[in-house]
Amino acid sequence: MRTVMTGNYASAYGAKLSRVEIISAYPITPQTSIVEKLAEFVTTGELKAKFIPVESEHSAMAACIAAETAGARTYTATSSHGLTLMHEVLMWASGARLPIVMTNVSRAMAPPWSVWVDHMDSVAQRDTGWLQFFCATNQEVLDTIIMAYKVCESRGVMLPAMVIEDAFILSHTTEPVDVPDQELVDSFLPTYAPEFKIEVGKPMGFGSLVKPDQYMEFRYKAMLGMKEAHDRFLRVEQEFKHIFGREHGGLLEQYRCDDAEVVLVAAGSVASTAKDVVDSLRAKGTRAGLARIRSFRPFPYDEFKVLGGKVDGLAVLDRSYTFGATGAMFTEVKAAVGSSQKRPVMKDYIAGLGGRDITPKVIEKIFEDILMHRKRDEETEVEWVDVAGLPRRWH
Amino acid sequence: MTKSYEELPLTPISDAPSTINLTGFWRVMKPVVDKSKCRKCTLCWKFCPDTAITLVDGVPVIDFRYCKGCGICSVECPAKCIVMVKEGTE
Repeated sequence: MRTVMTGNYASAYGAKLSRVEIISAYPITPQTSIVEKLAEFVTTGELKAKFIPVESEHSAMAACIAAETAGARTYTATSSHGLTLMHEVLMWASGARLPIVMTNVSRAMAPPWSVWVDHMDSVAQRDTGWLQFFCATNQEVLDTIIMAYKVCESRGVMLPAMVIEDAFILSHTTEPVDVPDQELVDSFLPTYAPEFKIEVGKPMGFGSLVKPDQYMEFRYKAMLGMKEAHDRFLRVEQEFKHIFGREHGGLLEQYRCDDAEVVLVAAGSVASTAKDVVDSLRAKGTRAGLARIRSFRPFPYDEFKVLGGKVDGLAVLDRSYTFGATGAMFTEVKAAVGSSQKRPVMKDYIAGLGGRDITPKVIEKIFEDILMHRKRDEETEVEWVDVAGLPRRWH
Repeated sequence: MTKSYEELPLTPISDAPSTINLTGFWRVMKPVVDKSKCRKCTLCWKFCPDTAITLVDGVPVIDFRYCKGCGICSVECPAKCIVMVKEGTE
């Protein structure tokens, strides 16, 4: 069924089509309409699931952990301060190898108080052992949730995943979305059958104490799971394409990168705007390209290594900032590209924090700047874009 | 002995609940109940953090396999019928 819907409804439909059995969530702007829609599906009986209302996001994740431990397919959704309140239990979900899928509507952290998009909340959960998928369209949100369950629940992976939509730009904006038939989704995504689960009348201990002589082996296994997720994701997306006739570009979507001299690296909805800018620059004779990070965890290191060896300049757009370092995406891209034979000139552009618009004009200027930029020193490798009071004009 | 990562499950799982871990030997001080003074208020039973107290006709019976001798029951008892004594001196 082709219809129009917001990113939040795309999340709700994605969860419904995945036949989730337990939903536990706490409302927060701008995630609220996801759980409202799911609560409606449960009330009308369209979705045979149990909705567990809780008093906080920490409890929501704890409820998902318990339900998933009992063998149920679970879903939750949150944003910004809700996500960061979950931080402790996010670690528990991944360490306990529970393939929970969650939507995070990425929103700036306070103070200053903000309800608008940036990626600080998601990036701050980088080390929790969750897979992180950034989406650029509402269709991608719906598709990625279904794919995420398939990737996460596979025996070699067994880790949770975060599907990330940009606050308001995706969450509250309607776009054409194809909602696939339930039978098709069922043929793609089998019911969840974990290797181990807690059962009534059979007491077991989960996540029990492990002494120093054995702890590292469990962490090593989680590392293997994340490593496997890279290839598994590519295979799952090909299978998805075979059934549903569309794909979104693997872990690193490359748009007009084949013969590009300069490439912009970005994650989330801004990548859609950047595609238009790439087209207009190409029309004017600049060989521009876009590399969109879809998967932040696992990070597409190999893809960047190859890309880095082909281009002269890489401009990384970070919609968050790691204080005391650089933008988080830049750190990763630089590490990946650093080992490629021909290292391009690289620069980090901090932009769009707290929902500041990243216009086509700003993206065009970033391309102009990276074409001029020939230094490799750390003094000039990070630039804050469009900050009032700084000498450079971006509009 | 340390097992190879390949022999281990995904996450530590034990096939028994934590009741297999007896904690009574941790005890330094031991609660002693004077049943004649007990008012059957059940506060000791409610407060015991190890659920080591069961009630028999409303009067506490302490399971010394698990009681760590923390003394909370003794502090909470309004009738002062639970006294903590050094282990082995009662």
